[in-house]
Amino acid sequence: MITAERKPLEEIIEYIRPFQKILLIGCNECVTVCSAGGRKEVGVLSSLLQMSFLKQGKNLQIREHTLERQCDPEYVEELVSMVDGVDAILSMACGCGVQEICRRFKNKPVFPAVNTKFMGASERQGVWAERCQGCGNCLLGVTGGICPIARCSKQLMNGPCGGSTSGKCEISPDVDCAWQLIWDRLKALGMEDRYEEIIPAKDWRPGRAAGPRKIIREDLAE
Amino acid sequence: MKTDSVLEKVLKSGNLAVTSECGPPRGAVPEKVRQKAEMLRGYVDAVNVTDNQTAMVRMSSFAASVIIRQMGLHPIMQMVTRDRNRLAMQSDIIGAYSHGINTMLCLSGDHPHFGDHPMAMGVHDIDSIQFIQMVRKMRDEGKFQGGADIENPPKMFIGAAANPFADPFELRVARLAKKVAAGVDFIQTQCIYNLDKFEKWMAGVRDRGLDEKCYILAGITPIKTVGMARYMKNKVPGMDVPQEVVDRMAGVPKEKQAEEGIKICVESIERLKQVKGVAGFHIMAIEWEQKVPEIVEKAGLYPRPQIA
Ligand code: SF4
Ligand code: SF4
Repeated sequence: MITAERKPLEEIIEYIRPFQKILLIGCNECVTVCSAGGRKEVGVLSSLLQMSFLKQGKNLQIREHTLERQCDPEYVEELVSMVDGVDAILSMACGCGVQEICRRFKNKPVFPAVNTKFMGASERQGVWAERCQGCGNCLLGVTGGICPIARCSKQLMNGPCGGSTSGKCEISPDVDCAWQLIWDRLKALGMEDRYEEIIPAKDWRPGRAAGPRKIIREDLAE
Repeated sequence: MKTDSVLEKVLKSGNLAVTSECGPPRGAVPEKVRQKAEMLRGYVDAVNVTDNQTAMVRMSSFAASVIIRQMGLHPIMQMVTRDRNRLAMQSDIIGAYSHGINTMLCLSGDHPHFGDHPMAMGVHDIDSIQFIQMVRKMRDEGKFQGGADIENPPKMFIGAAANPFADPFELRVARLAKKVAAGVDFIQTQCIYNLDKFEKWMAGVRDRGLDEKCYILAGITPIKTVGMARYMKNKVPGMDVPQEVVDRMAGVPKEKQAEEGIKICVESIERLKQVKGVAGFHIMAIEWEQKVPEIVEKAGLYPRPQIA
């Protein structure tokens, strides 16, 4: 999933300071799962903002709404009736959701309330970690199912650097060394020989190198 | 002979090679490069020129290598994948070769996290093994990584690093095997303090015949003080300083520690000379270059062979 964290309150306040009526929208997908921008977080942020503005003697009107999926035009359409009466929109979705709102409502200022972080997975309650960088040509089949692009701090495709120590990455004892993980897994699978195959220099075009990416499925596209 | 590299010639002649290192200055002070390199003249076969070492901005390795080449010495231009994509690397390689630089070291580099620009984005377009492949392709096939022909291809003698002390240990010989398969000509190792472990690694290297496919230069760094020994033991990732070494340094009075450090270093060289497969020494006396001649002499590696 896509992970996110709420922006500092002060930054959000600065965005909406000029406005009276705000539409605050959450998203029911990834940002709900990582507790950054779901219905609950929309409620909390709404109260925080109202309290903060009240202290300054200002009455901020916030309308709250959480969409099934903010990155999907079909659901964004639901907002049409709510948007007219507000001065600005504050979105708690990931960057994709925010931009979808911008695209649909051309005449309304739209602001992000979260920082979109990475594609990751939950390691345990309250902890998410990066797993994939969307390189567009997945190597997991040859690296024991562990991504060296997203999980090695130097993006090394052919083995651990000289800084790997006791299973941890040289940059921090809190970061697992991806190559230790890869090696452990290859060993567990009896596939140690795999390690010696050289992964050639990556063609980054399926990734970001060829500019913004798009998928067109002829069978589905209208 | 694959190249005109003096280092290659010395190694090929069967002599133990000696290299050392010159870290470029943090400013436009070419005289500092000359000063450091001058101390090494006559005592080493080639001089490594580091590339933004520890992820701190310094005079470029390319520029400092040119200065050293102009002094009539032989630079080993280091290059890290952290700061350049494959276009920039290849253009610097043909540029350096055009200035008479024919020996280089392909590295991934320390993470920006360690330096003075931790906010910088590392490039890592290719990794160190793909880097070796690229330089070999430029030399042996006369082609750029992208496939186009190079006019007068750069004939680089290709080096890389190996750290026998990093984890997982069991992968360290295989990692070298990959560099050999990629086309590396010589290896400079991480500084060796744990000689037993190094010998164990070398045994694995010999088992696979890797010492016959590339020249291995053992890394040596003299320790100045017990503080430095402790720091390297505890703070530097991938460094293995056994407690005995720290204790030995701590066992002599402060004013004698530098001398003791040199002694340890000379003893290490003597022992490593006996290790089959060690083709020479890479003496990294960081900000202590003036001690290199003394080490080289005491270790019986002086005079250097005169090979044109
Ligand atoms: S190899 Fe690429 S697609 Fe596969 S997990 Fe890593 S970044 Fe994602
Ligand atoms: S320690 Fe491991 S994860 Fe960290 S940069 Fe080196 S190889 Fe990559």
